[in-house]
Amino acid sequence: MARAASPARKATVTALAWVIGFLIFFPILWTVLMSFHSEGDAIKSPFAMLASPWSFESYGEVQQRSGYSRYFMNSVIISFGSTLLALAIAIPAAWAMAFVPGKRTKDLLMWMLSTKMMPSVGVLIPMYLMFRDFHLLDTRTGLVGILTMANLPIVVWMLYTYFKEIPSEILEAARMDGATLRSEIIHVLTPMAIPGIASTLLLNVILAWNEAFWTLQLTTSDAAPLTQFIASYSSPEGLFYAKLSAASTMAIAPILILGWFSQKQLVRGLTFGAVK
Amino acid sequence: MATKASRNAARLMISPAVILLLGWMIVPLVMTLYFSFLRYNLLTPGTSFAGFDNYYYFVTNAAFWQAIGNTLTLVIGVLLITVFGGIGLALLLDQPFWGQGMVRVLVIAPFFVMPTVSALVWKNMFMNPVNGMFAHIAKGLGLQPFDFLAHAPLASIIGIVAWQWLPFATLILLTSLQSLDSEQQEAAEMDGASWLNRFWYLTVPHLSRAVTVVILIQTIFLLSVFAEILVTTNGGPGTASTNLSYLVYAQSLLNYDVGGGSAGGIIAVILANIVAVFVMRMIGKNLDA
Repeated sequence: MARAASPARKATVTALAWVIGFLIFFPILWTVLMSFHSEGDAIKSPFAMLASPWSFESYGEVQQRSGYSRYFMNSVIISFGSTLLALAIAIPAAWAMAFVPGKRTKDLLMWMLSTKMMPSVGVLIPMYLMFRDFHLLDTRTGLVGILTMANLPIVVWMLYTYFKEIPSEILEAARMDGATLRSEIIHVLTPMAIPGIASTLLLNVILAWNEAFWTLQLTTSDAAPLTQFIASYSSPEGLFYAKLSAASTMAIAPILILGWFSQKQLVRGLTFGAVK
Repeated sequence: MATKASRNAARLMISPAVILLLGWMIVPLVMTLYFSFLRYNLLTPGTSFAGFDNYYYFVTNAAFWQAIGNTLTLVIGVLLITVFGGIGLALLLDQPFWGQGMVRVLVIAPFFVMPTVSALVWKNMFMNPVNGMFAHIAKGLGLQPFDFLAHAPLASIIGIVAWQWLPFATLILLTSLQSLDSEQQEAAEMDGASWLNRFWYLTVPHLSRAVTVVILIQTIFLLSVFAEILVTTNGGPGTASTNLSYLVYAQSLLNYDVGGGSAGGIIAVILANIVAVFVMRMIGKNLDA
């Protein structure tokens, strides 16, 4: 609102907002803090834990117990691989739907979105059996393929809403100047489309990174990404709070940082342009 | 404007995506449908035709009705918390205050945490009845620590999932609030409309579109919550926190009953479609306007 808020009111809102923000963030903060203490200190009462000496031992132990880098690489390959593949399929489709819309374009888009509504469990068994028969269980190839398909509708939708905002007059002008379809795409469309493609990429990498149905069902060790790495701590032996904290911190840190960069595009991307 | 040539080119560009999605949807679905009519267990060799037996056993299993109830409770519970909490939080964050950017960063963070991590962190560091934060607080206050996941498993899972989705709802509703016409608000204020009236007649209608989108997108994801249940309660105690996704998983990959699991999968697809029709209709109304 344009009306200037009184300082007292602003101070109250500030205090309230910071308290709530802190409470919402607290579980993450606590996990990070706990990861820098020893196992014995981690199960002490909260204040005793904070007062105990800092240590990096859990990070070393996690690395030794399960080899973080292997899972991390799998997560990177699977999330970027599936997103790039989905982009390669979706860019032409979204381009065509945005610039050469037909009568049924809207229905087609709605249909694509509806495939996302199908619960994954509905196709779990055939997927599992097909993966078993084609020797794709626990392979990165298999997971890249399945996450590509799972996220394809979202990628098409997001790209479509971004492409839709590129004024088609520019394309017509280029066409009048004798640009071929090829040069039209390379010299006119691509530069204007890059920001939209970049935020689609970012958001879908985040979605694929955190995907926890197929990655848990179809991997065991070789292709297991970080979701599986963390799940292995659900039935641990002995004291494990500090190790779990260290593992969790390592699993979420990369994507949390990417996520903070993407929060502006997050809203319009995930609401398919319906809220901007 | 579009020539015939460009139309053909367009069709060519769309077809890979359409064909792949069609295959992705139809092939496994047809296989699931086929398996659902077979007596097919991975531990016993051979299969035979079972008619509707698998459906009959799946639906008459007491766990099924509980799973349906749990699925709905989970979806509705999380939606209620995130929509109302999100509106409240968005209204607060929309006010001018110091450090807006920083608080936004804090509030949005849980959305980026992978489900297995948030479930395990809540389960161990907070809800554990011996070493968890809540147990420490209870002991500090002289109370008996409460074993959340043993005595209120579904409510605990709803809490964890709501924590993950509250940031999403807040961010979308906040974005929507920021596009509210401030001149209209001021005009209403000058005409003597109370805060409540302004909220009810200007803000709420403006937010309805964003709320619809929040409900649509969250419903898609909430119907198939899986990892949070797997790492916290394994659907238990008993089947107290088993939802439909988890039940199908347990039936097919833990009991190796492909036929029964497939029948459950088909039922899950049908139910999701019923929900989808409602939601899509609601969205269609709101998005076209």
